[in-house]
Amino acid sequence: MEILVCVKRVPDTAENEIEVNSDGSDIERDDLVFSVNEWDNYAVEEAIQIVDNVGGAVTVVSLGDEESEEVVRREMAMGANNGILLTDDAFEGSDGKGIAAVLKAVVQKGNYDLILTGALADDGAGQIGGMLAAMLDVPYASVVNSIEVLNDSQLKVGREIEGGNQEMNEIALPCVLSIQTGINEPRYVGIRGIRKVASVDIPVWGASDLGIDPANVGESGARVKRIDYFVADLGEGAEILEGSNEEVAEKLIDLLKAKGGIK
Amino acid sequence: MAAQVFAYIEHKDGVADDTALELISAAQKIYPDGSVTAIVTGSGADLDTVCNQLAASCAEVWKFDSEALAYPNAEVIRKLLAAALPPDAIVLVPHDTFGMDLSPGLSIKLDSVFVSDVVDFEGFEGDNLKMIRQEYSGQVSTHVMGNIASGAVINIRPGTCQPDESQSAAGQVIDKSSEIGELTANRRFLEVVAAEVGDVDITKEDILVSIGRGIEDQDNIEIAEELAKVVGGVVSCSRPIVDAKWLEKPRQVGTSGQTVKPKVYMALGISGSFQHLGGLKGNPFIVAVNKNPKAPIFQVADVGVVEDLLDFVPVLTEKIQEGK
Repeated sequence: MEILVCVKRVPDTAENEIEVNSDGSDIERDDLVFSVNEWDNYAVEEAIQIVDNVGGAVTVVSLGDEESEEVVRREMAMGANNGILLTDDAFEGSDGKGIAAVLKAVVQKGNYDLILTGALADDGAGQIGGMLAAMLDVPYASVVNSIEVLNDSQLKVGREIEGGNQEMNEIALPCVLSIQTGINEPRYVGIRGIRKVASVDIPVWGASDLGIDPANVGESGARVKRIDYFVADLGEGAEILEGSNEEVAEKLIDLLKAKGGIK
Repeated sequence: MAAQVFAYIEHKDGVADDTALELISAAQKIYPDGSVTAIVTGSGADLDTVCNQLAASCAEVWKFDSEALAYPNAEVIRKLLAAALPPDAIVLVPHDTFGMDLSPGLSIKLDSVFVSDVVDFEGFEGDNLKMIRQEYSGQVSTHVMGNIASGAVINIRPGTCQPDESQSAAGQVIDKSSEIGELTANRRFLEVVAAEVGDVDITKEDILVSIGRGIEDQDNIEIAEELAKVVGGVVSCSRPIVDAKWLEKPRQVGTSGQTVKPKVYMALGISGSFQHLGGLKGNPFIVAVNKNPKAPIFQVADVGVVEDLLDFVPVLTEKIQEGK
């Protein structure tokens, strides 16, 4: 099976406090720790496991600036066979449709049976997979938490729905799936793995390589635009207890006793 | 002229989902003087019950009745809506696992803009509808402009648009079933596998000591277990803990896990994503311990401690023991 996995380089929210810059035009990007989007990493692991079982190859593609190459290389160190970097000034400021349009051109340049994305990324939109599937006119399933290859033309996929329940579906290939965290246990990538792929050539494609009219993507093609960042004022918020850990613990114990938090 | 606004109504066992009235309220935020058309797909008597219920809240209800719509398969419903809706429609959908399945692709088929997980609306500037979303797990908010001149599909976060119960309408149910075209899809629904049952039922507990990513290591779970023991509660968790296989799925609080209603909820190292908070009901007393002062959990907690849980919680446990 030929599998394409779309990955994104994002600030690691587990490692960073995200703050808005002084004029609200962006988040503070200095000193942020970046990594591969967590959902995408599960998608790459899933693709590698499928190929281990039924044969084929995994290609990882990332749209972003030159620095996105590091996440493509990291996923190749995990075991992906090929990498592609999509970098072009014309792609900057794309909305979801712009990004999906670029990925559509990538898919059409290859011969993929299965396309995976993460279910969500840093912007929380969860939109690229569904858009890409509709553009390609292939079936789609979101928030997938299990995949079983039934035969050359069909998968059985589980979707994580509300309340911890799982919705089982049969889906025809080729298709697009968005992958939920927890579907597998992504393997650890060590220094040795990174070294092994350090000198592998990763092709860089821009709009002209993909036959894309720059007017249709990027800022000029976007009909959805983020205009600013801000910190929402959501009510009064928590009363923050101050003092040494011992002092805070004693204050908290009084509150817990009053609220029935200590039996 | 204002575009026609549609609300996709989720329902189960003949009852409309809570999000139904929220979408109707969202439609009024977009066009305060406008009306909204509810779209209800399904089959049989339950469908009629839901349609009649909705007619009390909106001017018009479009009913699509077919055996093929008995289970809401987004691949089938997308096809139906792409054919039935006017191209400049504004379509409102709940941002849940169904909405995530349906909407991005629907916006492509309708050639409309798509805006995901919207939490509020701030009116128009020309053809641009101004909306509020959140990014980075709720740590920052953004204003987004969507050009709705050729229609829009907008997913709305459940719980953010308060329903206006005072509104009533003598709406009309219009049977659109004859307009249903071919409803085949290359994705076939098989079954729903119910969530597994765990050794403890966190939905019945008064005191939950809940852990998130801040616990850092499986071995540290002991710290939470010891606190739970001295306060007489049980340990629950957020999603990353289950993803890491450190605790079983039945211990997970959130929209994709359990809905709990404790009296006291201690959120230790939990950032407080809306999916997590969506599983917390009954207005508990919330204590948040997190080393990141920007964590969204502090906005909803009653009391906060800005500290690494690994340092603070053992001190708390010891102090409680001393006092006993």
